[in-house]
Amino acid sequence: MIEFLMPSLGADMEDGTLIEWRKKPGDSVKRGDIIAEVDTQKGLIEIEVFEEGTLAELLIKEGTKVPVGTVMALINPAAIALETKKEEPIPLQPIEEKKITEITEKISEEIHLKASPLARRIASENSIDLSLIKGTGEEGAITKEDVELAMSQQSEPQKSTGIEIPVPEKINTPVETIRAAVAAAMSKSNREIPHYYLEKKIDMTLATAWLLEANKKRAVKDRILPAVLLIKAVAKSLQDFPDLNAIWENGLQQKKDINIGFVVSLRNGGIIVPALHQANVKTIDEIMTALNDIIPRARALKLRSSELSDSTITITNIGQDGVDTVYGVIYPPQVAIIGFGSVSEEAFAAHGMLGIRSVLNVTLAGDHRATDGLTGSRFLVALDKNLQNPESL
Amino acid sequence: MTEDEIKTIIFQLLKRIAPETEPSELKPDEKFREILGIDSFDALQFIVALNEKLGIEIPEEDYGKITTIKTLVAYILDKKK
Repeated sequence: MIEFLMPSLGADMEDGTLIEWRKKPGDSVKRGDIIAEVDTQKGLIEIEVFEEGTLAELLIKEGTKVPVGTVMALINPAAIALETKKEEPIPLQPIEEKKITEITEKISEEIHLKASPLARRIASENSIDLSLIKGTGEEGAITKEDVELAMSQQSEPQKSTGIEIPVPEKINTPVETIRAAVAAAMSKSNREIPHYYLEKKIDMTLATAWLLEANKKRAVKDRILPAVLLIKAVAKSLQDFPDLNAIWENGLQQKKDINIGFVVSLRNGGIIVPALHQANVKTIDEIMTALNDIIPRARALKLRSSELSDSTITITNIGQDGVDTVYGVIYPPQVAIIGFGSVSEEAFAAHGMLGIRSVLNVTLAGDHRATDGLTGSRFLVALDKNLQNPESL
Repeated sequence: MTEDEIKTIIFQLLKRIAPETEPSELKPDEKFREILGIDSFDALQFIVALNEKLGIEIPEEDYGKITTIKTLVAYILDKKK
């Protein structure tokens, strides 16, 4: 029997609240299927399953807060999986028996909450505790209206009673939870990762002109953004620098796939970093398609678990009309982050000539436990070389 | 198509792309990308949406000409002639 665990969706995640099971016992599951929806600091995340088989038992009730690494369900492996046996060891903390007992007790204590999926979703999005709401639906089920009533009551100002009401510690809005997630990850990074920083000026005149010409031949909806070239160039360059495409957990662990974490800014503040899987083997059109799919979902905080947990390196891209240079903070347990400033026109000398060129300042922040400046320097030189040959990206 | 009709469409499309913002409150001379926090990705979605809705193709080299509501409306009116 395979244990399906609450995955870790980032160094900063300690737990998540199970909102909805998408599969029921007896359902067959295969790699990549969405098994559950879990509310985390980074929004409602669709949790994927990485095993093949039949779902045997669901161990956690919807509405329960579940620590990372907890067994949530049991899966009967498919026949083939049984023969070939070995699943890869899951890189999560071992679960102590005590922990499971505590959780089981917690679950049995919990009142069985009946609520419509819509009510659960609204409650989750607004951090409303369903157990505090009295349902008015069928068999006491909590309806959308019940949740909205609870929200309106919650937002009413506290009446002055003369008694000091303690400020609840609970963080409420999505903006605050995202801020807390960023704060936790970046604090951990600054505490644990000895960063080194490198910078290189890259002449983007050729690449920019090439892209302009390429886009002229395309329909409006098929246009490619400059960021796509940068992502592809980074992914391609990384193939020769496996120590930068890695994580640091009890030493350096290189990663086979090159999954680029791409920083997406949220309009109300905060960032989220979804992974573009295997960007090195994708064409620039495929990367653009992936961005078209993932950026709106990232902004709506509706990502899949693999998109939050699989990045092997991060790119932060300032985009148009911003600062010239950005120095990134590594997202643990990764070991490098690449920062792209805004492209600007500069007087640029090359090959004994001076000209006005489109220039991009690229930085690399590396984990000095994992690599040295020389590796980083060679990587940035390789990146420059790839960006001078945009047609071969 | 009148100026007001074009404006209404622009505001609808901007609202769809940046739902948290109030595009209709933009002043004619304000740079809407800056005010609404629209990045390159959103900007391209907006250009695609204008293309689908109004049937006009805005080449990349013209992006610099359509930074405010006033200039964008004038640009569209001109293209629609």
